[in-house]
Amino acid sequence: MHPAPSVILFTVLSGLGFGLLVFLGIGEPEVTGWTAFWFFLIAYALAVGGLVASTFHLGHPERALKAFSQWRSSWLSREAWAAVAALVVMGLHAAAAVFLGVTFTPLGWLGAALSLATVLATAMIYTQIRAVPRWNQVLTPLHLVSASLAGGALLAGQITPASVLLLVAGLIQVGHWKVGDARFAEVGQSLASATGLGAPGRIRAFAPPHTGTNYLLREMVHRVGRKHARKLRALALTFGYALPLGLILVPGAGHLLGGLAVLSHVAGMLASRWLFFAEAEHVVGLYYGARG
Amino acid sequence: MTCLPARTDRKLGLVIDLDTCVGCQACVVACKGWNTENYGAPLSDQDPYGPDPSGTFLNRVHTYEITPENAPAQIVHFPKSCLHCDDAPCVTVCPTGASYKRAEDGIVLVNESDCIGCGLCAWACPYGAREMDATARVMKKCTLCVDRIYNENLAEEDREPACVRTCPTGARHFGDLADPDSAVSRLVADRAGLDLMPDLGTKPVNKYLPPRPRDRWEDASVLAPFLEPVADSPQGFLGWLDRALERL
Repeated sequence: MHPAPSVILFTVLSGLGFGLLVFLGIGEPEVTGWTAFWFFLIAYALAVGGLVASTFHLGHPERALKAFSQWRSSWLSREAWAAVAALVVMGLHAAAAVFLGVTFTPLGWLGAALSLATVLATAMIYTQIRAVPRWNQVLTPLHLVSASLAGGALLAGQITPASVLLLVAGLIQVGHWKVGDARFAEVGQSLASATGLGAPGRIRAFAPPHTGTNYLLREMVHRVGRKHARKLRALALTFGYALPLGLILVPGAGHLLGGLAVLSHVAGMLASRWLFFAEAEHVVGLYYGARG
Repeated sequence: MTCLPARTDRKLGLVIDLDTCVGCQACVVACKGWNTENYGAPLSDQDPYGPDPSGTFLNRVHTYEITPENAPAQIVHFPKSCLHCDDAPCVTVCPTGASYKRAEDGIVLVNESDCIGCGLCAWACPYGAREMDATARVMKKCTLCVDRIYNENLAEEDREPACVRTCPTGARHFGDLADPDSAVSRLVADRAGLDLMPDLGTKPVNKYLPPRPRDRWEDASVLAPFLEPVADSPQGFLGWLDRALERL
């Protein structure tokens, strides 16, 4: 799949922002006044910044409000509702913490649940697509949610939860790659099943339907430099999970090391998310002779 | 509404005969011609006369080569357009309700004024039936020529999809696949019509008729039996030459 920068930025930044909102919602850390202001500012900048980035890949962003209408069937529509609900509830929670100096625990927990639901809905947009076997697996939502929570804990400065979550998210990341690598073969679609022409004999693509390229090839049969996939996986694991974990476990780690850990995590997650798209193969590629 | 209808009264669709299709691309041209100037936004081209042409098409003809165990290789032309699936994954993912499947005849359509151009429906379709138009920035797909098939301004024989109307070999058939007695349903039954990627659970309405088995080496031509070599070992002058060369 085409690794569009707008979608990579959206999932990484919003994931971080909503992850931080989860921790602010459950009162880890329990903050009020100016401290709360800065925490919520960072969370909102990331969450809203990501959502704004996501509108850049729309053909008609001016019609974006229509996307709230189909929550009964569409995960994208559910994501829109969850995001707005989370931002409104956490906005009230933030206002109370910043301006009144009080925290309403149930409100915070509701906001945390909605923030988590937003990340889950984003993950389900990808997970539901059966035509992309690598995404269509149970580890996809676990990967995106655990990465978001690990980043959120890191930003919230919660050393113990962040350490555990970075470790868990890193393991799920590796699992998602391993299971993902085998998914296309496991789903079992081939040029023979795609054309129904497997019975008479061996089939191969002889001539493409058009001489130039087209939307399908650009969007879904995009073969960008997957040759660097192994190196990028190593970089994603190192900077996204291992290095931040090492940095926050340094005794007496302050804001400097914490900040470095966050930057490293973001860099690693950008590499991970690039691979998430670039390595995902769509079955439509079969019609064009992809995978033999 | 992007929930799928519980059932559709009819299932209008195409039956494509892979045995008959000669890959002339007439259906591609007729489709582009009709659909660029009728229902919805035009099907734009980018750089059509330049070095890197690309454009929106609702129907494309692939070409495959099948090599059987004991027979000559066979070329199969394979037209592909929207299959108007009963369980269309492109419809349910749409966040705006722009994509919908009609309860009355099962046609999957896009309401272009509601389309935000997110592209998720094109991702959800396993068949590559939907293409985002680079100029209009909305999703385009086969409408089964919904503006022809019910169009009373057209002559009776023209009230079928442009691709079917134009096909010079009669490889494309249009009809109601929910009616077991329709011509298309009988074709599917007689010729073992098949679904594309049935395991993905999309329940396509369009069916493909596989090529008939033929062209075995031994009956590649009706004259073949008469062209069998009459003698395995050369005689006369050739026999002498054979022996002489052998001795050299």
